[in-house]
Amino acid sequence: MSRVVSLISGIIFGVGLTVSQMINPAKVLGFLNISDDWDPSLAFVMIGALIVSSPFFHLFKNNKKPVFADNFSYSNNKKLNKKLIIGSSLFGAGWGLAGLCPGPAIASLALLNTSSVIFVITMFIGFYLSELTYNNKL
Amino acid sequence: MNIVNFTPITAFTGGLIIGLAVILFFVFNGRSVGISGIASNFLISKNNRMENFLFLVGLIIAPIVYKLITQKEINISISNSLLLLAIAGLLVGAGTRISGGCTSGHGISGIGRLSLRSIVATVTFMIVGILTVLIKNII
Repeated sequence: MSRVVSLISGIIFGVGLTVSQMINPAKVLGFLNISDDWDPSLAFVMIGALIVSSPFFHLFKNNKKPVFADNFSYSNNKKLNKKLIIGSSLFGAGWGLAGLCPGPAIASLALLNTSSVIFVITMFIGFYLSELTYNNKL
Repeated sequence: MNIVNFTPITAFTGGLIIGLAVILFFVFNGRSVGISGIASNFLISKNNRMENFLFLVGLIIAPIVYKLITQKEINISISNSLLLLAIAGLLVGAGTRISGGCTSGHGISGIGRLSLRSIVATVTFMIVGILTVLIKNII
């Protein structure tokens, strides 16, 4: 059942990205273009998502287990370190260059344009290279 | 600063829908949604590989589902400089893997759990994103 929930969650998440137009890099770049012609929409997407989801994190965190899994398995990492700042900065630079982050990039594959495909392939290469070098786990 | 192309209602509605997906994944599967984590773990880790794969499949078919339901076209405007996209892709892939999250993982799930680490990450990638766009405007 957890697999069905994964598929459905992915569809709902992607529909949310499409409805909010966050699938469109121009909207994201409009949000980051704060000093010029600014489009605040992305902030409203985050507020909407947080309003509905954050109460559930708090309501359920004391529950023993989720419905279809043995335990809750989210990160409890509390470290504020160089890795966090360096990684977030690299991500921010890429995000500002193309206006794409992982969710919208993957969802936009459905629209079959070469740009999304190139971005997603290189993003996966980026995952692999950082794991190979910086995280050194492979 | 001029406010342009602002679509508060569709943005907020889309956000509520995204929040619904986050709730489902948390309450039923016990995991917090982070797309960079789901995608990179699908590539790198054997844990939950099928779950991660199906989430990604759902994400890819979502725009098609949207089109079928609403009968609306989806318009996107995306850079066609392949070099720029490739550099951006590498930066986004490496950066999110190193910092452990992206706009969804840190920006929504992490902030939703009031994780200080995710708040710091979100502020950092937003500031760097804004500066990157500013520099692009100057060049």
